[in-house]
Amino acid sequence: MATSISLRNPNVSLGTTFPIARFASPRSSIVTLRMPGESMACPPPLATTAPSAAVETVPIGERPDRFGRFGRFGGKYVPETLMYALSELETAFETLSKDQEFQRELDGILRDYVGRETPLYFAERLTEHYRRADGTGPHLYLKREDLNHTGAHKINNAVGQALLAKRLGKKRIIAETGAGQHGVATATVCARFGLECIIYMGAQDMERQALNVFRMRLLGAEVRAVHSGTKTLKDATSEAIRDWVTNVETTHYILGSVAGPHPYPMMVREFHTIIGKETRRQAAEKWGRAPDVLVACVGGGSNAMGLFNEFVNDKEVRLIGVEAAGHGIESGKHAATLTMGEVGVLHGAMSYLLQDDDGQIVEPHSISAGLDYPGVGPEHSYLKDIGRAEYYSVTDVEALDAFKQLSRLEGIIPALETSHALAYLEKLCPTLPDGTKVVLNCSGRGDKDVQTAIKHLQL
Amino acid sequence: MALALKSAFFRAQIRAQTISHRNPSLISPSIVRLKSSTVMASLEVAQTRSISETFSKLKEQGKVALIPFITAGDPDLATTSKALKILDTCGSDLIELGMPYSDPLADGPVIQAAATRALAKGANFDSVISMLREVVPELSCPIALFTYYNPILKRGVERFMTIIRDIGIHGLVVPDVPLEETEILRSEASKHGIELVLLTTPTTPTERMKAIVEASEGFIYLVSSVGVTGARASVSARVQSLLQDIKKATSKPVAVGFGISKPEHVQQIAEWGADGVIVGSAMVRLLGESTSPEEGLKELETFTKSLKAALP
Repeated sequence: MATSISLRNPNVSLGTTFPIARFASPRSSIVTLRMPGESMACPPPLATTAPSAAVETVPIGERPDRFGRFGRFGGKYVPETLMYALSELETAFETLSKDQEFQRELDGILRDYVGRETPLYFAERLTEHYRRADGTGPHLYLKREDLNHTGAHKINNAVGQALLAKRLGKKRIIAETGAGQHGVATATVCARFGLECIIYMGAQDMERQALNVFRMRLLGAEVRAVHSGTKTLKDATSEAIRDWVTNVETTHYILGSVAGPHPYPMMVREFHTIIGKETRRQAAEKWGRAPDVLVACVGGGSNAMGLFNEFVNDKEVRLIGVEAAGHGIESGKHAATLTMGEVGVLHGAMSYLLQDDDGQIVEPHSISAGLDYPGVGPEHSYLKDIGRAEYYSVTDVEALDAFKQLSRLEGIIPALETSHALAYLEKLCPTLPDGTKVVLNCSGRGDKDVQTAIKHLQL
Repeated sequence: MALALKSAFFRAQIRAQTISHRNPSLISPSIVRLKSSTVMASLEVAQTRSISETFSKLKEQGKVALIPFITAGDPDLATTSKALKILDTCGSDLIELGMPYSDPLADGPVIQAAATRALAKGANFDSVISMLREVVPELSCPIALFTYYNPILKRGVERFMTIIRDIGIHGLVVPDVPLEETEILRSEASKHGIELVLLTTPTTPTERMKAIVEASEGFIYLVSSVGVTGARASVSARVQSLLQDIKKATSKPVAVGFGISKPEHVQQIAEWGADGVIVGSAMVRLLGESTSPEEGLKELETFTKSLKAALP
């Protein structure tokens, strides 16, 4: 296969002309999202009107360009042994995304096996909770990714990649996992498609997510404990990459988030973008136009990109990502990569990451294993840099409060990861004008977290 | 070598200028001359050739380079310093020194463990550089640093190159930067007289391999097998045909690494036409897992001699 290698200076900007001033700083008390005087009624009943006039689009650089870069972020920083496999993967993905039969097969599995489409649920009591004394307040909707088979959004990507692996003729699947949700999703699809499955999980993570470990084994996967480094997600990812380097000819690596070397950030986003696509249609049905604000938790960033991607070019839609501040960002024990990190290279991609003065990758901390990653997807780094998306962080304690609150107000027990996004509503809602439509990605259910919650919550 | 002379003189001038800047009364031509002669004297001690020149010389002599790899700081930096001297006197033609890193994804369990131990002992970039600053002038063979990309980025590529050039490092291997991403590294490396060695592997398609060998400096690092570092029982027969393919594409020297751990391996690879053989994990294990640093150094010496004996 002839490969033409052209070299491009990655520091040359791709000329983003995104107007940064459009977005109110998080510290401003007034956020103007629409013309004053425009009234917003309570959420209307199911409307059959067509979606509103086309939203103005904004030029942003290629996401990604053909070198796998989002601005200066992304790329393929991996050992040479993997380079051919990555380009093979990229070609296969491009071909399959145009293949109608593949799309039909994938849609069928998402519908009949995963249980899509997931509801866009009006959280009535949560909305009431944030309603101000004068009766005004935003309208809060939850995109119910927790209702997917296996209880989180992770399965969207696992299914897509498993189908891709089959097309590539790979019979052995490997994956890394933090919370275990991606591991469970991968083990699930391997059982469904009859593929050999090996999951790498940090020894420390295995302890705090024992239920998911059992689940993976029950589904037929081999779970390998990783004892190197800090014994958490970053080490499991490194070990999965090493396995792939060694077994690349027979193995497909189902990376669980929008991180890693190109084409993974793009591919994983594409497999999750159905979240945003459904949301657009559902929002139009429910209230006649796009949402105003999207909120999602960010670990590697897959559920957030899945929701945001559809709306990145709609400048009216505000994108908010919420990271884990652990014990507080000043404490040094957190996973707030976009807030406190520096740009570097981790697991194949240039992105923000948490590192020490020597350039060593540090062990992050979060009560939620799924957010406990010292890196972040390169596309999020890019969206932050160009000012298109805003990123905040929330502590363990705040997340636990939100975990309890949603359970009490809506009868939905959210994952601790999702609880971070929910916790940010405390700061966000008071700033939003009446009737602002907020869609929060309810990325997972919290049954897996009750063991952790029991240790921290007095009920 | 000319480059080393030039930069040494340049440094002498800077030092002279610095002195005169601090204390104007010291401005005197004799000071500058004294500095220059001191520099000349120290140059005669630290005469290391560049990596390319080393290979040229070996080729003239019909020899194959012995290239050991060890991890800096395991079991500790003092032992690394002694190990470098032993490797040098036992006939190493080039030494690769690995910078310990938290997430070495091209490395197997032996080198991973060495890195973890070194980091736990407090080894960091600055302490490794200090150690090298002392020992490099005493070595007769050139050193190439083996490091992952993030620590280079942390310091800034230009600054990193300046620092390592200053202490006399001749080459650099960065395993997680593939050809497409090497533009900045290569331009800064060449500005500073550092040779950036690139890797090619059994999974690299021929056209890509040709682009890699074209761009690689010093030598071409042929990874012997599909995998991470770590001793293997035998060397894959694929190495022979890979060597032939590379030799058709370039006249630059080729060294084979990953998995090589015995004199028999080394001999076999030399017979197949390699210009150099790299031995890593086997060395690292001896040093890191022995009963004491002294014991480790003794075993290292014996092992290195046995490898040298197996090579033409």
